[in-house]
Formats: sequence, structure tokens, C-alpha cells
Amino acid sequence: MDRRSLLKLAAAGLPLAFSGKLFAAPAASGTRLLVVFLRGAYDAANVTIPLGDFYTRSRPTIGIARPDPANPLAALPLDANWGLHPALKDSLYPLWAKRQIAFVPFAGTDDMTRSHFETQDTIELGQPVGASRNYASGFMARLAETLSAGTAAPSPIAFTDQVPLSFRGGSAIPNIALGGVGKPGIDDRQAKLISAMYAGDGLGKSVDEGFEVRNEVYHSLAGEMVAANRGAVSPKGFELSARRMGRLMATDFNLGFVDVGGWDTHVNQGGATGYLAGRLTELGTGLAGFVEEIGPAAWSNTVVVVVSEFGRTFHENGDKGTDHGHGSSYWVMGGGVKGGRFAGPQVALTEASLIQGRDLPVLTDYRALMGGLFTRMYGMAGDRLASVFPGAAASELGLV
Amino acid sequence: MRYQLFLPYPGLALLVAAAAPVAASPAPRLVPAQAALLDRLTWGADASDAAAIAHDGTARWLDHQLHPARVTALPPEVAARIATLPVAKTPMLDSVRQVEDLNRVANALADPDAKAAAKKVYSDALGAAGHQAATRSILLALYSPDQLQEVMTWFWFNHFNVHLGKNNIRLMIGDYEQAAIRPHALGRFRDLLEATLRAPAMLSYLDNAQNAAGHINENYAREIMELHTMGVGSGYSQKDVQELARILTGVGIDAKPDDPKIGPQHAGELVRQGLFEFNPNRHDYGDKDFLGHHIAGRGFAEVEQALDILSEQPATAHHVSMALARQFVGDAPPPRLVDRMAATFMRTHGEIAPVMATMIGSPEFTKSLGTKFKDPAHYVLSAVRLAYDDRIVVNTQPIEGWLNRLAEGLYNHPTPDGYPPDAVAWNGPGQMSVRFEIARQIGGGAPALFKPEGAPPPPPPVPGVPPTPQPPVPVPNLRDTVAVLFPAPDAATAAALAQAKSPAEFNTLFLSSPRFMRR
Repeated sequence: MDRRSLLKLAAAGLPLAFSGKLFAAPAASGTRLLVVFLRGAYDAANVTIPLGDFYTRSRPTIGIARPDPANPLAALPLDANWGLHPALKDSLYPLWAKRQIAFVPFAGTDDMTRSHFETQDTIELGQPVGASRNYASGFMARLAETLSAGTAAPSPIAFTDQVPLSFRGGSAIPNIALGGVGKPGIDDRQAKLISAMYAGDGLGKSVDEGFEVRNEVYHSLAGEMVAANRGAVSPKGFELSARRMGRLMATDFNLGFVDVGGWDTHVNQGGATGYLAGRLTELGTGLAGFVEEIGPAAWSNTVVVVVSEFGRTFHENGDKGTDHGHGSSYWVMGGGVKGGRFAGPQVALTEASLIQGRDLPVLTDYRALMGGLFTRMYGMAGDRLASVFPGAAASELGLV
Repeated sequence: MRYQLFLPYPGLALLVAAAAPVAASPAPRLVPAQAALLDRLTWGADASDAAAIAHDGTARWLDHQLHPARVTALPPEVAARIATLPVAKTPMLDSVRQVEDLNRVANALADPDAKAAAKKVYSDALGAAGHQAATRSILLALYSPDQLQEVMTWFWFNHFNVHLGKNNIRLMIGDYEQAAIRPHALGRFRDLLEATLRAPAMLSYLDNAQNAAGHINENYAREIMELHTMGVGSGYSQKDVQELARILTGVGIDAKPDDPKIGPQHAGELVRQGLFEFNPNRHDYGDKDFLGHHIAGRGFAEVEQALDILSEQPATAHHVSMALARQFVGDAPPPRLVDRMAATFMRTHGEIAPVMATMIGSPEFTKSLGTKFKDPAHYVLSAVRLAYDDRIVVNTQPIEGWLNRLAEGLYNHPTPDGYPPDAVAWNGPGQMSVRFEIARQIGGGAPALFKPEGAPPPPPPVPGVPPTPQPPVPVPNLRDTVAVLFPAPDAATAAALAQAKSPAEFNTLFLSSPRFMRR
């Protein structure tokens, strides 16, 4: 039985509830992880909003109003200290109520370059900052490799048009940009002819798997066409991709990566409405679509981690935007996630608690956060965890 | 044959049109070793280059390839198309000033919406500059007779990689390829190293433009040693990196027309060349100890001395030879071959052509022919060359798109290490199935390649009115060319090709075959 069949079996009804023993047991192949990378450094302080006068004073034009049931443009209340951007009201806010989303504020890296490229690389490589980098080894690839060496059955995929740095190294990972997928031009007869040419070739397995992946994606598309014929509105942009990701991760893949760009809001980023609100609406709608498509059974075994390279300046700049900063907020979502709360160390925000008078500090390292998740999700510790995140200690934030 | 080879053109223009092409002739008789050599050393065997090697004989053809004429003899349509590109007409300094003015205008606007609109004008100008550079690069890869020079240009660009997405590098990338890399692709390594060091694209990409006395940025210094010359773990220390970073202080970019004011102590030590500037005010004039050499603090001459030292290191000879062998021989090239290449490098003080000759003349190289898995650039360009040797591509956008779809986009590797040459990076399931889709498009006539950029789309259909019949898409017939260039297919491929129902399907299957995946 191949790894994908195993996964299908798991999806078909094996009791793989996330909480409890099975989750903590070594690596059930039904355990799914999706990493969502917001490239460009999203403005975390306007998404997970630290309520208070300091916030309001720091952001006179782009700030979001304090929670107020009478004001649809006000922040959505999360807890006593935090609010959520109102653009996420219909998409992610319901997950908060179900305790299926947790936020990890003051999260990020110890990379202080404030360079998008440097810090994205830092995160995707998952190697210690300051040492010589091995660009041929991303942390998702090492995760897949480590899981393969154990009892787990990783079925990795990057939902991107290029294999991302995080999946670099080890065995080649399929990558598919789901937004642009159309009906395959190579028909079944031609696929058989091509496959036959590779029957005695070392690439035969790769070729056959490629056709299989392609057919799975197309199968998912065919379902959409039926829905469209029933008058359903067909989604666009990220939502289209995210829904397809949900279908594919329900049955075929359990280790996914996707990136979403457009967060580098130096100028005119807007407040409750405007540019950033639009990006958030698209992102939130997409993620909610992912949850819907993957379905409740698989969702209970799924963890989605949303990260970004760094946060942005706490004070708005002279262009009604924000500049490169440091600490961000990461999101951890899933049917079995212990959500509805802010996890990890926090600090009261004042002028004095900002780094260099401008940036949120980092109190939870991304490697420690993910290491803690992998410990719980895959029973991964010691040398196995160190092979994914060398030199990093795992933080147990009790998220799963 | 498409062009006359190596006409002794006078004049300074780098690219000129050759005599009008003769109608495409069937591929001449080749010995299989010639076809295999072509496929390895060019962007893919095609009928024109087969004609050239058959006409010249292997030795003379190789000599031409290793020592290309200073002036490239291009098909006239190609030369004309390149000549119309603004990137080929406007000096980089001028275009950077013009486009950065757009940015300044945008930044000065108070109204956020007007500012956003002006920013879009600016980013569109950046995008256009990058696309023009890609157009020139692809046309040369497809149609230059100096094929090895083109492959080497890609190789060195990747070795000294910069990424078009950072800062305003799109404005500089065409100049980087054309002025810093291509002229030195088969020349002296030392010259190439300095050309990349003086290139604004490099100084911007690896942040040396920010490297100044008291504000050290080690990024470029580290990559010079780790990636460009000696290679990681070859014996240099963190101290050497720091000392090289000090040597490189003041090496940067300046678009301003006026020279910076230099104090009397260092008067005359300012260096400017286009956007490149060595600014003594930003330089650390202390003495340095670099790789066991004492370097007296004295300005840009320190940089020259450091590049001399780096270029003469045995580690550099070995690292560069290894990179070439991985590109041209195999993922794990025989160590003794690499040693011999490195010995040639040392003996000739870094002359690249003799190093290549050592490699090409080796039994290890000959033995490896036909076994190297093509990276996406080789795959796509070789397919287009094979299919459209006699029909000049007018729109390179589909090719740029295929390369990006296969994750090896031109100028599009974000990190300084460049794209990997190894098979495993490119032969995964998703990669293979996308290759087959691209094979089908190229094999089926790829009409988008022949539709000029900006041509109006066909009118939308009107209900009740039958659509205007479009002329059929011409499909190349590759059967005869393939028989000459890729003789004796394996039994499985022959069996599949025998079932092709049309020329388009034959092309698709051949371009999808295991044989065509390798060079």
C-alpha cells in the first residue's frame, strides 16, 4: 500500500481525533500540517490589536476603533487585551468562538536585518541565525524527511508555482499553483504513452506520480464545475486556491505549504477598510473555505500555522502606512487546536517595551513554536526534532 | 542554414545582423558524437548548429565556441528586434535616473490615492525593464551562433546570482548580464570577478552599497568568498570575511551627477564609472590582514589586490572548476577531472576557455554525454530551438512564463546561491507533469510565440454570428530533424512515437521522452 492510500484510509474513518492519545502518539499519517507564509511582513498590530490608549495614539489614521457592538468598523473583541480586525468577522472570528484558532503574539525570529529576503530565508531554512546557511535544506523538507524515517507517512506538497525554500532539499516535492490549474492538455492516452516511455527509466515513478497528482487536482476541479452548474458562485484568487488545497489535503496530502503575498504596506494601508482590510478579507475567506472543504473529520487532525517574516513598526509612518519592524503575531488553527486564546509570553505595550522605540519585541521564536507543535503532533523530540530545527529548544505552548 | 557564421564585421556594435537567412535546409549528416556534443554545449541541438558543426568539423566548431567573435552574427530579425529594446538603447545610468525620478515624484505626492497611482507607474517601469532584459537574453539563447558563450553567460549569472525582485535591480539586470557577464563569459575569471564587483546590480543585491567604515555590512564579502571564489569550508576564516568587508567599504552606487566632496587627504581617490562609485569618505583606510597578506590601507587599490589574491587561490580554482563540471558533466563529477580543470585554471591564471577545453577534451566528459538531466532552462530552450530553429520567435513572454512555471525563472532566484544544477532539484513529479504540458504547447505550434506583444486579442464572439475562421496554427514537423539529431531511440520511446496520430502528437511525445530530458 502506498503512502497516499494509507492517508485515504485514515481519512475514510479511522478514529484520529486530534486531542487525546492519538495526537500525542507518534505520527498518525492522518495528522496534517499546512504552513501559510504571508510574504512581505503583514501588519500584525492591526490584525491582532493590542487594545488601549497607546495603540490608539500610535495609529491616528490607520488605527481600528475599540470594540463596540454598535460600530461595524470597530475591532472584534477577543479578550480583555486584544481585538481582531473587523475584516475577519465572517471568516476567522467564528473559529475563535469555537476555540479553533489561537494567536501567538510577539512571535518571530532573532534575525534583526529587517530584510524581507533575509528573514524569509531565515524562517524557511529554519537554521540558526548567524551560522553559515545551507540553502539546499529547508525546514519543511527536513520535516518530511524526518517523518519518512519514522513511522509517519508524509505526503508533502507545495501549493506554489515554485518549490519554496522551505521545501528545498531531500526528495523532490510536487509543487502546484492551484489558482492557474486548468484541464490537463495531455490526455489520458498520451499520458499512458508517455508513462510507457519511462517504464524502464529511473524517472518512471516520478512521471507516474506526476500524472496522479495532476489527475487528483483535475478531479477536484471537476467537482467545482458541477457546483458552478448549480448556480454556486465560483471563488477567485486565494479562496479558489485555498478551497482546492482543502480538498486535496482531505484525501491526498498531509504536509502543505502555501504563500500569500502583498503585505508590505509602507503606504496608504487603510484601517478598518482599505488595502490591508481587502487583503485580510481575501485571506480569511480563503482559510475559512479551506476549513469547509477539508471537512470536519480531517479538520480535527489538521494544524494550520500562519507566519510572516516580521512585524511592522508600531507607530504609523508619515505615509499612512507602516515600515519594517520585528515582532509579529502567528496564528495556529485547527479542529483540535486549543484555541480561543492568546498563547505564549506577552508584555504590556508601552513606548518602553518597543524595541528601538519602534518595533514589537519577539518573545516566542518561530522554531520554538513549531518545534512545540511538532512534538505534540508527531511525537517528535530529541534528535528527530533537532534534525528539523537544529539548535532550537521547543516551546510547549499547549496549543494541541 | 539560418545565418552565415562569423562574418568579419567591423564596427563597435556588439550585435549585428548577418546576411539574410537561406531557407531552412534539412539537417546535414552528423556523426552521433557531434550531435551529443552539440546538445551538451549549446542550449540544445538544432538544425542550424548541426549544419555549423557538420560544415566546420568538430575541432574548428569547438574552437569557434571557445573563442567567440566579439561581434555576434545574428539572424537579421533577431538583431533588429533586440535593437528596438530600450534596454539595449539606453545606458543604465540614464534609465535608472529616469525611472527613479518617477519614484521621487510618487513619494512627493500627499494624496494617498494619487501616490498609489504614481507608484504603479514606477513599478510598471521596473517591470518593463526586467522583461526587456529577459527578451534579449532569450533571443540570444535561441539564435546566437555563439552558443557556448550564451550557456556560459547563464552559468556565470547564476554563479554570481542577483535577484530581480530586490530594490530596483530590474533596472540594472540587463546591464549586469550584457556588460558584466557576457563579455567575460569565456575570458579571464579575474576580469569577470571585478566586473561583477563593479556592477550596481551586485552591489545593491548583496548590500555592499551600505557597507561603510563604522557601519560594516559583511554580506557581499562573505558571499564573494563562500560562493563566488573559494567556496565554503575552504580554509578562510570569519576574520578574513571581516577584513574583506573592511576592504570593500566605500564600494557602492551613486546616481547623482555631482561627485561627492572628498577631503584633501584622499583627493584623487574617488572612482566613478556609470552608477558605480568608490567613495573614499566611506572607506576604512586602516591596514588589513587578508588570507595571510598584509594589505596597506590606500583606497580602491586594496580591492584590486584582494581580487588578485582571491583569483589566485587554489581553492578558487577548485571551486570554480567544480561548479563548471557540475553544470557541464554531472551532479557528482569525477574528482580527477575537476583536479585537472583546476590545474589548468592555476596554470593560466584563471583563463576560462582553457579550463573548458580541458573539460571538453577529457574522456570523462565524452563518457557523460547524453546522461545529464536538463534543468528547466535547458529543457524549455532546447525544445523551442529544436521546434523553431527556422521560424524566429517574436514574443518571448511564453518562454519566460514556462521558465517561471518550472521554477527556474530568468533572474528570478531570490537567494545568492543561484539555481542548483542537480537532477534532483528538477525531476520531481510536479516538475515532470508540467514539462509534458509545455512539450504539448511547444510541439503543437505555440501560437503565442509568434503573436507580437501587445497585439489586440481576437474580437469577442457575437451571438448568432459565426466566428471569423482563424488560419490554422502551423505545426513543426520534427520527424526528420529528430532522426538526424537524436538517432536510434530506445525501444520504449520508438514504440510510443510509432503511435503518434499527428505531427503535433509526435512532437509532444518526443519532447516528453526520456531522451529529450537529458543532454
